[in-house]
Amino acid sequence: MAVVVVIVTRSPGWEAFKAYFLDGQIYRNSFPEILNAFWLNVKLFCVAEMFILPAALFVAVLRSLPGPVFFPLRALAIVYADLFRGIPTILVISILGFGMPALGLSWMPSSQFFWAVVALVLVYTAYVSEVYRSGIESVHPSQEAAARSLGLSRGQSLRFVILPQAVRRVIPPLLNDFIGLQKDTALVGTLGVVEAFKQAQIDQSATFNGTPYLVAATLFVLITIPLARFTDWLIARDRKRHQAGRLA
Amino acid sequence: MSTAAALQVEGLHKAFGKLEVLRGIDLTVGEHEVVCLIGASGSGKSTLLRCVNLLEPIQAGRITVGGSEITARNVDVDAIRRRIGIVFQSFNLFPHMSVLENVTLGPRKALRRPRREAEAEAAALLQRFGLADKRTEFPDRLSGGQQQRVAIVRALAMQPELLLLDEVTSALDPELVAEVLDVIRELAAGGMTMVIATHEMGFARDIASRICFLEAGAILEEGPPQQIFSAPREERTQQFLQRIVDAGRL
Repeated sequence: MAVVVVIVTRSPGWEAFKAYFLDGQIYRNSFPEILNAFWLNVKLFCVAEMFILPAALFVAVLRSLPGPVFFPLRALAIVYADLFRGIPTILVISILGFGMPALGLSWMPSSQFFWAVVALVLVYTAYVSEVYRSGIESVHPSQEAAARSLGLSRGQSLRFVILPQAVRRVIPPLLNDFIGLQKDTALVGTLGVVEAFKQAQIDQSATFNGTPYLVAATLFVLITIPLARFTDWLIARDRKRHQAGRLA
Repeated sequence: MSTAAALQVEGLHKAFGKLEVLRGIDLTVGEHEVVCLIGASGSGKSTLLRCVNLLEPIQAGRITVGGSEITARNVDVDAIRRRIGIVFQSFNLFPHMSVLENVTLGPRKALRRPRREAEAEAAALLQRFGLADKRTEFPDRLSGGQQQRVAIVRALAMQPELLLLDEVTSALDPELVAEVLDVIRELAAGGMTMVIATHEMGFARDIASRICFLEAGAILEEGPPQQIFSAPREERTQQFLQRIVDAGRL
């Protein structure tokens, strides 16, 4: 770290870099505007996550259905996950954000915020469903046997025995995807929606100075940290509950 | 005296792929009878129990419980499993639930009993088996013996008409075996109909009304414990028991 600092600050272009990215006055000036735009990122994140969490669980459950009867559903889930994990997020956002309103169907929402959310939900549901699936598969089959042997139906076993264990195990990787989604909300700026990154771009072209990007970066980091600590807390609480055992 | 057998197995065949595990099992268990299945590992004891609980699909044969055929087409497997309890070698308690939740899950969700009723009955059962103070513990805080007793209580909470025990002491440290066997003795004394796969020969001799010796997926010999343990007719049974005696286990 110290070495990096020395190399960077001794570099021939350091003064120019400092002037371009680290202008205190511009930082303070552009901060309120970018913060204001950043709420849109938070909103995108929250709204999208609300749909992603249940939808991904649904897709994961579809993929774990056994037997030849459910093959079409399983295949559908696999094709969906492969497709939306394969296409770069920025392309999905562009195709939906520009393409859908261009269809000119009057009953279809034309708000770009709406299509941005749809795009993020489609992409991240694919990722998160894989996380859930790995959790479901990590629960030993003997757990389902035990649940079914009590006369619980397949659905009840899933709901009361398999999923609670599966979800607990995947909270850390789930958080990774949360952070990924929070960052990818910046891609929505390509639609012309003024979120933090787009606002930073606007400020940059107004001042010919890159400091506004640093403002946006600060905000993204600031929201990631509490998210990370919150997950740590959840994991610790779960562990404590099991090890301490006796709760009144 | 008995109207219909508690359990009747006829011509049961089970294969995992090409591997035939059960080759024509015929077994009748009367009400209040305790039948112990003995035999080497891989002889099909566990598989037979799992088939009776419909946890394994079978290739041929009929299984009847309390007069109704459970291997018939279109039977409600969940309803059948509610009538048959099974306890596994590795306990299989639900690790994310307290002892009380483990025991009440079946009655509440499968039998749709009100929570309060289910909890009161579970508490009484736990009390009866010396687990009253463990109600709020999670399984990973209990010893193996305690976990297995909870697993037995969990099966009993469904008030099964037939209880299957699959080598329930095999995963336990030797000093914990007795507490689990005591529970099973108490159940036998209370008239519970049981089919027990076990390697505990002394226990089987004490508790069983009948012993079945399994060999390569078939019941080679069956009879009362005195006969099987002191005068086995089949050569394979003699060899098996001799090995047990040589190992100091009988």
